[in-house]
Amino acid sequence: MISFLQSILGGANQGLLWALLALGVFITYRILDFADLTAEGSFTLGGATAVTLIVAGVEPVLSTLIAFLIGTIAGLCTGVLHTKLKIPPILAGILTMIALYSVNNRVMEGAYKGISRINTVITYFENLMGNSKMLANTMIGLLVVGIVIALIYWFFGTEKGSAIRATGNNEKMCRALGINTDNTKILTLMISNGLIALSGAMVAQQQGYADISMGIGAIVVGLASVIIGEAFMSQKFPFWLKLCFIALGSVIYRIIITIVISIDIFESSDMKLLTAVIVIIALALPKLKTAVIGNNSKKRKQQEAVLAEGEDGNAEN
Amino acid sequence: MLRIENISKTFNAGTINEKQALKNVNLYINDGDYITVIGGNGAGKSTLLNIISGVHTIDEGELILDGIKLTKMPEFKRAQYFGRVFQDPLMGTASSMEIEENLALAYRRGKFRGLSWAITQSERRLYQTQLSRLDLGLENRMTTKVGLLSGGQRQALTLLMATLVKPKMLLLDEHTAALDPKTAKKVQDLTQELTQENNITTLMITHNMKDAIKYGNRLIMMHDGKIIYEASGEEKKSLRVEDLLKKFEQNAGSELVNDRMLLA
Repeated sequence: MISFLQSILGGANQGLLWALLALGVFITYRILDFADLTAEGSFTLGGATAVTLIVAGVEPVLSTLIAFLIGTIAGLCTGVLHTKLKIPPILAGILTMIALYSVNNRVMEGAYKGISRINTVITYFENLMGNSKMLANTMIGLLVVGIVIALIYWFFGTEKGSAIRATGNNEKMCRALGINTDNTKILTLMISNGLIALSGAMVAQQQGYADISMGIGAIVVGLASVIIGEAFMSQKFPFWLKLCFIALGSVIYRIIITIVISIDIFESSDMKLLTAVIVIIALALPKLKTAVIGNNSKKRKQQEAVLAEGEDGNAEN
Repeated sequence: MLRIENISKTFNAGTINEKQALKNVNLYINDGDYITVIGGNGAGKSTLLNIISGVHTIDEGELILDGIKLTKMPEFKRAQYFGRVFQDPLMGTASSMEIEENLALAYRRGKFRGLSWAITQSERRLYQTQLSRLDLGLENRMTTKVGLLSGGQRQALTLLMATLVKPKMLLLDEHTAALDPKTAKKVQDLTQELTQENNITTLMITHNMKDAIKYGNRLIMMHDGKIIYEASGEEKKSLRVEDLLKKFEQNAGSELVNDRMLLA
């Protein structure tokens, strides 16, 4: 039982690091209204960059920040493909993603690179917390996610951030009001993919390695987290609380996965299938809801009709 | 002020859907002019407006505003000179953003957008006074999402946004056409108020011939990508709807077939 609780907590910790991915996906998918598949490649790119730099002896915090910057370049590519070369969003993302597969192999000089027994951002905190790996993971997750949420909240309150929100809302209006929508889109994709790469960098350091397939399904994981987070939030929430709930969505998602995998019949490779099922259920929920409510209102109408008839009858009497 | 020189525009050139929307159009707009534009469907009215605002590129000809060549300038850069209101009330505002956020976006038309706050306290006071002029009670709902407003309210807000920073020219593309008659009247009155007060040069497309005669100092009639009739001054003032229909028949060689215009 204790080991089960521990694995749940471990899942929650992982969720905090993956929350950065969820926030990145939220920015493009919900704020900019752009389904960006670059995530698959930029997540691995972040992990590969951070691990390679750390192995080469670069300071871990610096390596992690560089991973963020390299991620923004991936976003820049997708942005330029879409805005300047007029390639549709999904295809632009896929092109960058597939190109990054080769880039990532080059960066790591192979499909796998480990950093066990080397200092990482995570081990800093382990030393700080008296060698409690679990607590260290929680602390660093909360710290990084907290800082990122604060920065996102600030940025989207500025003139630039406001222009981005408007771009996701009504492009035509934006251009009429003098907003260069090409630039706002590129900037958003850069920020988003920077965060996704940061997430990959953190996850790689936590698991002790980066490998070429770590980003497979990242976009779906991000979407799952966003959708789960939104299921718990109210539209009346202030923006910062919504961001917190997106992060929470990522944690809940990881906990669900941990629980499901602990069931004997599933293997860890079934995770992607389960993720797809979770996202499908979450996406279908509104449709199912209206189907149910629709039936209810039909019933209500019938009842009203019966009542109205009754009244008519009374009037005649 | 604005010189439209010999401008042509063809859509889908070289395909079966080829459509020459503008044919060597020439027009000089003076500072302070208020020009109404009428014409049937496909006459090129909207294309003319979109050519000026930069939505469409220009195939041939020049567009010069106060000595500045606009011909190749991208739409978002031209926005510093033009205030625009569209026919569709949903087009001019960002529905999931608040009223004051929309105004703040408009307040920065033509300015650099940096990392300072998107909206300041002193701006809020300005927006409140401006909104109270609309007489729609929006001044007390500044943080309401624009998506919750009616079409008329949104169009009035768009008009305010287009003139919040005085544009060199106001471009109105049938901006009352999608509204019910009472709301249309209100939005049109507001248009007169805002343009007269700041003496804004205006180009207004309308399907309503009475409005086209009633408002502004010049009237142009378009047909098949060309300006076929123009009236100004006393001539315009004395026009009647029947005169316009007759002018159309004379100059276009066909009857004005547009139910919407006849019924208006």
